[in-house]
Amino acid sequence: MKTLLPVITVSLFLMVIWYGFSAILNSTWTKDQANRAGVEVTFSEILRDTMVQQRPLLPAPHQVIIELWDTTINKKITSKRSLVYHGWITLSATLLGFLIGTGLGILLAIGIVHNKAMDYGVMPWIIASQTVPILALAPMIIVVLYSIGLAGLVPKAIISAYLSFFPVSVGMVAGFRCPDPTQMDLLKTYAAKRSQVFWKLRVPISLPYLFTSLKIGVAASLVGAIVGELPTGAVAGLGARLLTGSYYGQTVQIWSALIGSAILAATLVGFIGLVQKYTLTRMGFAR
Amino acid sequence: MDKNPVIQARNLGLIFQTKDSPVEALKDVNLDIAQGDFVSLIGPSGCGKTTLLRIVASLDHPTSGEITVNGMTPEEARLKRAYGYVFQAASLYPWRTIAGNVRLPLEIMGYGKEEMKERVDKVLKLVHLAGFENKFPWQLSGGMQQRASIARALSFDADILLMDEPFGALDEIVRDHLNEQLLELWKRTEKTICFVTHSIPEAVYLSTKIVVMSNRPGKVVEIIESPLPKDRPLDIRDSKEFIEVAQQVRVGLRTSHSYE
Repeated sequence: MKTLLPVITVSLFLMVIWYGFSAILNSTWTKDQANRAGVEVTFSEILRDTMVQQRPLLPAPHQVIIELWDTTINKKITSKRSLVYHGWITLSATLLGFLIGTGLGILLAIGIVHNKAMDYGVMPWIIASQTVPILALAPMIIVVLYSIGLAGLVPKAIISAYLSFFPVSVGMVAGFRCPDPTQMDLLKTYAAKRSQVFWKLRVPISLPYLFTSLKIGVAASLVGAIVGELPTGAVAGLGARLLTGSYYGQTVQIWSALIGSAILAATLVGFIGLVQKYTLTRMGFAR
Repeated sequence: MDKNPVIQARNLGLIFQTKDSPVEALKDVNLDIAQGDFVSLIGPSGCGKTTLLRIVASLDHPTSGEITVNGMTPEEARLKRAYGYVFQAASLYPWRTIAGNVRLPLEIMGYGKEEMKERVDKVLKLVHLAGFENKFPWQLSGGMQQRASIARALSFDADILLMDEPFGALDEIVRDHLNEQLLELWKRTEKTICFVTHSIPEAVYLSTKIVVMSNRPGKVVEIIESPLPKDRPLDIRDSKEFIEVAQQVRVGLRTSHSYE
């Protein structure tokens, strides 16, 4: 209850700001229309009009909410107009990409921690990989994969993995390296093998890092999947909704797709948060 | 009494290479520790007492001289799991329960499930921690955590126990109590104990042999054989012999001590 009030207050505050900007930004169009028609409009008429435009510069929150409701609850989920349908297309690519990215990230981290050559040889490339704008890279990945017969889910998942392996590998390198010298010495006094050091010490001690990395990684995966949908000609998925929306000036559709993907990301991150809380409490990390 | 030598050091030296200049941590250390001895290494900070212990444990390596542990090199002894090591901090794994922590070396050494449980129960009883098996380390006091770490070092029954200022961070009362328990444990298990401390009363109370060290470079200045009996109630610390030994240690420390 203590946190509920501030949360509601912040939400309301954001709503008010959003409504304010909608009114200001959309009023230009209202005034232009009135000018062209040669009629005078009062302030209240302008205000009313900015809330109900077909193609507003910035849709009002309730327009987006209605659109969201309409495209999720009121449509069959198999319909191409259903946001659930598009959401699922994007989600499946996100999850596959997240899985590949996490696996790759952890494997790289294991290699980097155990092998000096990999530390010096691979780490710079991992960092360099993220300085290339994904928007420039995505079309090339899709074209290259298409030429070897891969289209649809897999190329999107690969772009998504490209973004999500990074936080996981960097986070897990830090996690695997965080045992202090005494903890390492302790295992040395038991003449523990490297694999035992890994499983008994490095893995459990890095779990808090893992969950943090996964949260960043899954959000990046979603971005990757959406970006991966843009150059394919906008067939299906949240990215496609964004693209068709911008082709036809359907701002309400764009914003509802945006909010939809934000809700999806929040759900994914929230789910990882739950697993994190459960696991770390059971392991005695949380007090 | 003719006892087997467990640890023998001859002209042992260790020079650390640092960026500006080499640091001589240990110089010409000669030491014999026999089976069943309780040996304390005492000296000012920086005298290399911890380094000496780490060399015995093969966690650091000497640059000159020779040392054997159970007749082997320290490295071989470590691989044979000849000793249990207790660190300054309890360094229990926070994600393991007390029983889980004590079980850790047993898991690594590949003991069977039932034997693990037996041994964990046994050593936890030995350090008076029975009933705390399923607690996490943070639920225990500092003294109890340190006892758990001693139990962990005892669990696989190594003959040698190396202890690096295990009670340094604890208050006087808890420390007295743990000293008493440690002595009792030593009598019962007949282990060879090598104990680093910078407390004179602690060293005199516990040891059969006190190694007084000086710093820069770390050297052994005096080895004092304690005349105190094996049975030592806490109030032995008020006896004449105790005070004499303590005096001797203090003089040894003072004459060798310099901050130059």
